[in-house]
Amino acid sequence: MTQQPILELKNVSAAYGRIKAIKDISLKVYPGEVVSIIGANGAGKSTTLMSISCVLPITGGEILYDGVRIDGTAPDLLPARGLCQVPEGRRIFPRLTVEENLDMGAFFRKDKAGILHDMNRVFQLFPILQERRRQHGGTLSGGEQQMLAMGRALMSRPRLLLLDEPSLGLAPLIVQQIFRIIREINESDGVTVVLVEQNANLALQASNRGYVLETGNVIMEDDAQALLANPDIRKAYLGE
Amino acid sequence: MEVFLQQLVNGITLGGVYALVALGYTMVYGIIQLINFAHGEIFAAGGYMGVILISWMVAQGYPPFVCLGVALVLAMGYCALLAMAVEKLVYKPLRSSSRLSVLLSALGMSIFLQNGLMLTQGVYDRAYPGEMVRGGFEIGGAMVSYMQIVIVGITVVLLVGLNTLVFKTRVGKAMRATAQDKTMSALVGINASRIISMTFAIGAALACAAGIMVGMYYGSVRYDMGFVLGVKAFSAAVLGGIGNITGAMLGGLIIGMIEVFAAGYISSEYKDVFAFIILIGVLYFMPTGIMGENVDDTRV
Repeated sequence: MTQQPILELKNVSAAYGRIKAIKDISLKVYPGEVVSIIGANGAGKSTTLMSISCVLPITGGEILYDGVRIDGTAPDLLPARGLCQVPEGRRIFPRLTVEENLDMGAFFRKDKAGILHDMNRVFQLFPILQERRRQHGGTLSGGEQQMLAMGRALMSRPRLLLLDEPSLGLAPLIVQQIFRIIREINESDGVTVVLVEQNANLALQASNRGYVLETGNVIMEDDAQALLANPDIRKAYLGE
Repeated sequence: MEVFLQQLVNGITLGGVYALVALGYTMVYGIIQLINFAHGEIFAAGGYMGVILISWMVAQGYPPFVCLGVALVLAMGYCALLAMAVEKLVYKPLRSSSRLSVLLSALGMSIFLQNGLMLTQGVYDRAYPGEMVRGGFEIGGAMVSYMQIVIVGITVVLLVGLNTLVFKTRVGKAMRATAQDKTMSALVGINASRIISMTFAIGAALACAAGIMVGMYYGSVRYDMGFVLGVKAFSAAVLGGIGNITGAMLGGLIIGMIEVFAAGYISSEYKDVFAFIILIGVLYFMPTGIMGENVDDTRV
């Protein structure tokens, strides 16, 4: 591909205090792709996403979004530029209603009609949310919370969506539904997706390409199909 | 019966004022888990700003309600700015330090502001212009002064206004979202610093209105009046469940009632003691208060 990456990490390092969580990570994501980052617990997957969202300041390297450096900017400025994250654990606002949670996803937007339109779109994708729209977010089940978290992210009309462990703790049927929606927003809305998953099999099947993270380093990158066929990967991450 | 009715009227007046101050404690606690000990001093500063403005305007010959209205608005604006400045200069630089550091600097700020008032305004009581709202009426043997009506009226307007702001507007939603999860609120594009600053401003404006009304009700203000009232309002916030807005309103009313009834039926000498008894009792037996949310800081 010769086009400009929508997201590029150049030798990015980040740390919690003195503990280095990621070291010299480089990766590229092109518009329209689904890219997954797989790896074991503590490999630095969530840290990578939090660095991209500028929540965690990086200690080295550069992060480029649309070819422009974003590292060091305030995290709250990114959703308006189309970069949005659904963090690990979903982080629904527990004492806001479903509707209010969705409205907060569109916080920076002022176009009331557009917001309403998008909220209806979310209700189409996840009908259960419409049923529960006056309920507090904290009262939803795990699956419903994941749907709400994704709906909230869609309310910002993202161009790049970072998803952290969307399958964690959910029943297989719900997981299937979530991944169907991920494909749909990628294919019909053209949203670029970066997917972090411990469930490597599932993630790679839904992706174009993948990066494998181990103790804070990128140890492999390839097409998703090639990674799925790679015997080392199969052994280490696909449970064979 | 007459005493009961009379104390009920007085209790509502006083309780409303406590509720206004309690809201500032509870909102700031809700959003940054800080007990803002300097809040009582903002209340006192509001009382002083009120007396300065009202005295000046009364001397110029403006009608009382114009004086009161203009003074309320200007003083509330002044206190909002003062609280925002305190937050920016003293609390914000400590945002990533331990909670204890911020708590201690709040105590320091309280002493600083109180001494500032003493140095600039003197140590003696400063009288509000007498008889701004004269007269009253009697129901069932209880005297209701028009001043009480004015105070309760202003209190109700402010409480309803705040409730609307917090629960009906987008900014209010953003405030609650920030209180519930700061990282996530940043991820949806909410500027937490701006929301925190606004929370301080709103709390201060309410405390300021309370300061002016206490000044009018008792006829004077004093540089150290923020301390005892601050602790009582804090007790009200704890009683209602710290962090809970409805709870603070309820707590304020209950503390006001208890104090007034205890003064009427037990002893007026000890009226200040009851708020503290409640504070200790609540902390001991039900630390989350009447409407308390779980004491849960994993989300912060």
